[in-house]
Amino acid sequence: MKFAMLIYETPETFAGRVNGDDDSYVGAWRVYYKAVVDAGVYVGGDPLRLPETATTVRQKDGKRHIQDGPYANTKEQLAGFMILELPSLDAALNWAARCPATADGAVEVRPLAPEEKQRITGEPA
Amino acid sequence: MNPHNPEDAHQTIESVARESYGRLIAFLSARTRDVAGAEDALGEALIAALASWPRDGIPRNPAAWLLTAARRRLVDRARHERVRAESAPTLEIIAGDRPDVTTPDPIPDDRLKLLFVCAHPAIDPDMHTPLMLQTVLGLDAADIARAFLVSPATMGQRLVRAKMKIRHAGIVFEVPELHELPQRLEAVLNAIYAAYGSGWEDAAGADPRARGLADEAIWLARVLKEFLPDEPEVRGLLALMLHCEARRFARRGKDGEFIPLSDQDPELWITPMIAEAERELVAAARMGRAGRFQIEAAIQSVHAERARSGHTDWNAIAVFYEQLVQLSPALGARVGRAAAVAEVKGAESGLRLLDELDHDAVSAYQPYWAVRAHLLKQLHRDSEAADACDRAIGLAEDDAVRRFLLARRDR
Repeated sequence: MKFAMLIYETPETFAGRVNGDDDSYVGAWRVYYKAVVDAGVYVGGDPLRLPETATTVRQKDGKRHIQDGPYANTKEQLAGFMILELPSLDAALNWAARCPATADGAVEVRPLAPEEKQRITGEPA
Repeated sequence: MNPHNPEDAHQTIESVARESYGRLIAFLSARTRDVAGAEDALGEALIAALASWPRDGIPRNPAAWLLTAARRRLVDRARHERVRAESAPTLEIIAGDRPDVTTPDPIPDDRLKLLFVCAHPAIDPDMHTPLMLQTVLGLDAADIARAFLVSPATMGQRLVRAKMKIRHAGIVFEVPELHELPQRLEAVLNAIYAAYGSGWEDAAGADPRARGLADEAIWLARVLKEFLPDEPEVRGLLALMLHCEARRFARRGKDGEFIPLSDQDPELWITPMIAEAERELVAAARMGRAGRFQIEAAIQSVHAERARSGHTDWNAIAVFYEQLVQLSPALGARVGRAAAVAEVKGAESGLRLLDELDHDAVSAYQPYWAVRAHLLKQLHRDSEAADACDRAIGLAEDDAVRRFLLARRDR
């Protein structure tokens, strides 16, 4: 089954991105990404730009409400996601534990819901 | 027993339900991950048995009959839900491996897997014990709610949520790998011990929280021992609970008054239970891997020794508490150590150990105040002792303990 690894980072970690290739966090990610791909469990994913670049949209009384900033007003912010193909939650938790983001931020593990997608698309999952 | 006697049929249904419930739930849910679905299906199968066994006679293998009936219901339901993608594999799985109904014991025992699922780290730790009680023992949500002092509706919702998580989060029904086993086993043991109720007898007659699930907890520990005979902590836990349970009739007087361990009449202790506890503890010790439950059982074993020797070896108890604190410095262990040290070296020494404890942590911990009151009284610091005793009384959950402490305060 497929799991989404939702990666949350602190403002400090986001700020570290300006260091570019010298950043030790980026170095840890490079190794982690290679391990995930080599294990044959990587399906896809990407990092996200800084939370400051986020724009949140709501509809209220037929009117569009645009808010500058991310949806959740928390210290740790969504920084990226990966989709992994794994046999069990335990395997997913093991991969999450190895993720560099867990040192300072957090990784939320969520199973994908292929049956919901099937309901929407009408195509077999 | 006459297989066509309706009364026998009812009795058989009851005993099969009791003995095979967890086994059947484990078998069904290990294949579908759907614990709630398995419970519903087995419930319907039991109702069907109530209708058909008194009429048609008791089947030769009642458990297999129930399993077949429950599976039929799961297959029916899966067909109804065919629109959902996930039901297709369920259907295959259930219809696929039919056990041979003619053999006497065709149902593989997956209860160990179920125990590990119930105490999975991804499940809220507060739900580990309720899940075990419901899925392995078949207790209903109302009974569990009563034991955990929450409303039946709340407990019901929490159980539904936990089973939903088991079904959809990707938790697999497997015994953890060897390197994970100690940590995962600890969660299972803690959950079983929580069912038993902790703190039966702290040195100064602290708060025994009788949750009324002692038999169930001991039963679960026996099941676990069957599966993992070489895990010393499993036997340690069983020994600990047996020791405490052996004193069941001694810890209350004729009028329901609380009797602290040191005042209990050893004649009232249940000797065979103590003997079994000792056997388990010896077997565990032989494996050479000490642990929290073995040490706690060893402390109870020293107390039990009083039945033979007539006195309590507080020195040995203090040593075991010291080991326990080194291993896991929980508040209970540290308060127990203070009480034991006070018996060996005097109240002053015990009090010093109590003073070391974090003030915030002990503020609502009843045994701390009970022991403190006891030691202050010995030192003739009467007004401080009375204050501490009031705290202990105010924090007591058990009315018998409350009355005991009130009487002691006024003495």
